[in-house]
Amino acid sequence: MLRAALPLLGLPMAGAGTTAEPTQESVSRDEPPPGLELFRWQWHEVEAPYLVALWILVASLAKIVFHLSRKVTSLVPESCLLILLGLVLGGIVLAVAKKAEYQLEPGTFFLFLLPPIVLDSGYFMPSRLFFDNLGAILTYAVVGTLWNAFTTGVALWGLQQAGLVAPRVQAGLLDFLLFGSLISAVDPVAVLAVFEEVHVNETLFIIVFGESLLNDAVTVVLYKVCNSFVEMGSANVQATDYLKGIASLFVVSLGGAAVGLVFAFLLALTTRFTKRVRIIEPLLVFLLAYAAYLTAEMASLSAILAVTMCGLGCKKYVEANISHKSRTAVKYTMKTLASCAETVIFMLLGISAVDSSKWAWDSGLVLGTLFFILFFRALGVVLQTWVLNQFRLVPLDKIDQVVMSYGGLRGAVAFALVILLDRTKVPAKDYFVATTIVVVFFTVIVQGLTIKPLVKWLKVKRSEHHKPTLNQELHEHTFDHILAAVEDVVGHHGYHYWRDRWEQFDKKYLSQLLMRRSAYRIRDQIWDVYYRLNIRDAISFVDQGGHILSSAGLTLPSMPSRNSVAETSVTNLLRESGSGACLDLQVIDTVRSGRDREDAAMHHLLCGGLYKPRRRYKASCGRHFISEDAQERQDKEVFQQNMKRRLESFKSTKHNICFTKSKPRLRKAGHKKKDGVANAEATNGKPPRDLGFQDTAAVILTVESEEESDSSETEKEDDEGIIFVARATSEVLQEGKVSGSLEVCPSPRIIPPSPTCAEKELPWKSGQGDLAVYVSSETTKIVPVDMQTGWNQSISSLESLASPPCTQAPTLTRLPPHPLGIEEPQVPPDLSSDPRSSFAFPPSLAKAGRSRSESSADIPQQQELQPLMGHKDHTHLSPGTANSHWCIQFNRGSRL
Amino acid sequence: MGSRSSHAALIPDADHIRRETGFSQASLLRLYHRFRALDRNQKGYLSRVDLQQIGALAVNPLGDRIIDSFFPDGSQRVDFSGFARVLAHFRPVDEEDSRIQDLKQPEPLNSRMNKLRFAFQLYDLDRDGKISRNEMLQVLRLMVGVQVTEEQLESIADRTVQEADEDGDGAVSFLEFTKSLEKMNIEQKMSIRILK
Repeated sequence: MLRAALPLLGLPMAGAGTTAEPTQESVSRDEPPPGLELFRWQWHEVEAPYLVALWILVASLAKIVFHLSRKVTSLVPESCLLILLGLVLGGIVLAVAKKAEYQLEPGTFFLFLLPPIVLDSGYFMPSRLFFDNLGAILTYAVVGTLWNAFTTGVALWGLQQAGLVAPRVQAGLLDFLLFGSLISAVDPVAVLAVFEEVHVNETLFIIVFGESLLNDAVTVVLYKVCNSFVEMGSANVQATDYLKGIASLFVVSLGGAAVGLVFAFLLALTTRFTKRVRIIEPLLVFLLAYAAYLTAEMASLSAILAVTMCGLGCKKYVEANISHKSRTAVKYTMKTLASCAETVIFMLLGISAVDSSKWAWDSGLVLGTLFFILFFRALGVVLQTWVLNQFRLVPLDKIDQVVMSYGGLRGAVAFALVILLDRTKVPAKDYFVATTIVVVFFTVIVQGLTIKPLVKWLKVKRSEHHKPTLNQELHEHTFDHILAAVEDVVGHHGYHYWRDRWEQFDKKYLSQLLMRRSAYRIRDQIWDVYYRLNIRDAISFVDQGGHILSSAGLTLPSMPSRNSVAETSVTNLLRESGSGACLDLQVIDTVRSGRDREDAAMHHLLCGGLYKPRRRYKASCGRHFISEDAQERQDKEVFQQNMKRRLESFKSTKHNICFTKSKPRLRKAGHKKKDGVANAEATNGKPPRDLGFQDTAAVILTVESEEESDSSETEKEDDEGIIFVARATSEVLQEGKVSGSLEVCPSPRIIPPSPTCAEKELPWKSGQGDLAVYVSSETTKIVPVDMQTGWNQSISSLESLASPPCTQAPTLTRLPPHPLGIEEPQVPPDLSSDPRSSFAFPPSLAKAGRSRSESSADIPQQQELQPLMGHKDHTHLSPGTANSHWCIQFNRGSRL
Repeated sequence: MGSRSSHAALIPDADHIRRETGFSQASLLRLYHRFRALDRNQKGYLSRVDLQQIGALAVNPLGDRIIDSFFPDGSQRVDFSGFARVLAHFRPVDEEDSRIQDLKQPEPLNSRMNKLRFAFQLYDLDRDGKISRNEMLQVLRLMVGVQVTEEQLESIADRTVQEADEDGDGAVSFLEFTKSLEKMNIEQKMSIRILK
């Protein structure tokens, strides 16, 4: 029991139970169970996973503790802290267990700890930057590593020949070359850990980091070749073996890359068909990437290269194919795993160093190695950079070279490789282990600590983050094309030419093959930026707290928290209206024209001081009259314009508006119509019966007044429609929700024939300049039905976003079930074809409804309503509503 | 083309062109060979057709516009000095240029401004010094894949113009164009190394 509890204290690590296990097992086997046990201790059964979990937990807790103090983490890289922590933990284990049992096992390291880190870095590698600098990266990775390995190995051998290394270190030239090959490689884990906190400019980062990833192939080959040479004995090595060694460099690197690309292709292709099983998308990414790693490892190719290429190659297609949720999941899981692995690696490194039985110290060797790796790294960088600068458009200057030399950190890969050495074949292994540990510690701790001040002191260009703008994106593409064209004209088929070719090939074949059709569209980068900008706008807009917008696929879980908002549902409006009413949203637009007038006044006020966007959709008016579709598109555009302007102009006003809709659900809603009355009833609380709803087509509109709503539910995860909530200005709605709705009656005549006309005819919309833009909050919250499409289109991009922290504003919390946002403009036409989707609303019933709702205990429930706008509803609603019939379409809520 | 005798003396008016464009002797020679190779009938100038023959240029979305930029003011032919002058925009900027700039009267062709102006005139079809929404839309139509619908394109164009437009005239002037790109390393992005 005591022994078993030991791991609980976080002391022992993986493999801790090796001593405890047998005794416990024998105990449990020998004693026959004395009847039913109330309590059984089964430590040995869970031991291994338990220890792993504990291990990670300790590492994570340590991470949390480190980050409690901002001062410490800003000065000391996390990797240093973790190594030190590992030293401390290792010391404790040593003190308690009297022997060091744990260390970084090469097997664990290569099979479990390294892949997540490499995958993470490959997947999130800025590919453009990477390929822009591929020449430099490859040079440093291949030539640089070879250079480092040979010079270090030979220099150490020279040191030994000079008698500066103690004679007890029994190593020949080959041994030193072997040692040189494993100690020379810059380590991706260490580089990433340190450079991520330093924020040097991207070019510098990508060169150092890319080198550390790609040199794996060289390291692996060198290590294997030297190792087999050592094992064969230098006498037996023949000339062909050297040739084989060189050939294997190509086999290992190109083979690894090929394996990675094959798996990237498979992965992209697989995710194309996961539309119905979204849930396994993230899993697929990890599985196939890991399969790539293992396959390469199995064929003794460069596994790091394989995973890097896999991540690099598949990202574009995978990201396009998988849903937003999956994308987030992939991102976070990947980052979590990588950070976890990194943490554990550094901690284990620290712990491993404690185990003094494994290493033997020789000052000459240690100091010599330290000096040589630093010196030859610097020399190599300078020489290579000089050559490279002959070919580089932007030469790497001296400061860059200093950082590159100094940033050549060694890490866990070297350590794992040195542990893997066979002591019988390499008699000096213990010395090598000690030296490696010192080198790793020195580079990670000393260089890691000093590189930040160094970068500051040298005034290295830092990376600057600026938000992408559409202009930049567009012009950048233009530049690419221009350069490709100019290379054509000049007749020099250089980088730009091939990049352009590749992009054309990709567009024509690869993307067609690897992306699902629906994803293909959003793939365009310019569109992508546009889309993201829209999201950002919408978010900041919501964050402002002034206006409440939510959009396609967003539920209203945040609604209850918006305590200033109460609702007057459409049903209320309806009830209050008394007369037969067509409760098309379009109608409501004008229905509340009294308030509109107020808003217009407000608008004029605001127009004075606020941004005056221009009215651009005019230009397009002429283009699209031909078909109804065209008209719709125009409306869409108009609507988008309006929304955009509103986003820009009214951040600080008091109007609160909330729209929610879920277009993807439209189709569903259409089906649900058939479910009939009961649904409407259930969703709506009592009203449906009172109101005599006979059908449940699509629309519920909730207009909220400022009355406080204490409703706490509305946490539907899947809203099935458009929830459309508007909050009126306080002046207008002082009398509460009733007032607004009472205006329903007088207004129908103002209803314009079509929403587009409404845009043009409403007084404040007619002006070109100031008036043109503004859609009062009242009018916009009551958006003409067909404009909803435009709205959807422009806002649907929101779907992927996590909720902003703002409490007052509604938070955008939920990802939609389908990432279909962008495709939404194509609305399922089946809604409109259903004859039952609209109906006349008898006045008496409406009245009944009103009386009921005034005692509105059911407000919260109304919030739950699943309003949905039939896309083409307006086509069969008489647009004028001059007949004063109000048509309502209700859809049943999702939560019944 | 390289087999032909490669003497700078062959290039008509070589010194003048070099001074104007800043090309090195070697680059100029290379360009001249290329020019001769493109000039299929040895007529001493290039026509539009000559440039359109270049394979990959045909698939370049901006290919036509770039060809047009070789023929300013509606002319139908471009001689070597004109050819070199256009390409000089893409010469990398080196420190010497920036030093000489103060002394010399005209801005070198490969200055940031001139690079930008070259790009700008690819957008500005009607040469009114402004990229209108329509011109933006046309470029976008060329650049953005077919998969983006027309109205999406339009909204992108709107937004793009709006983003850069500062004086509110609904078009992007050259000044606004430069401003929208001020964070970008144009000197680097609009240079081709071999044109030193």
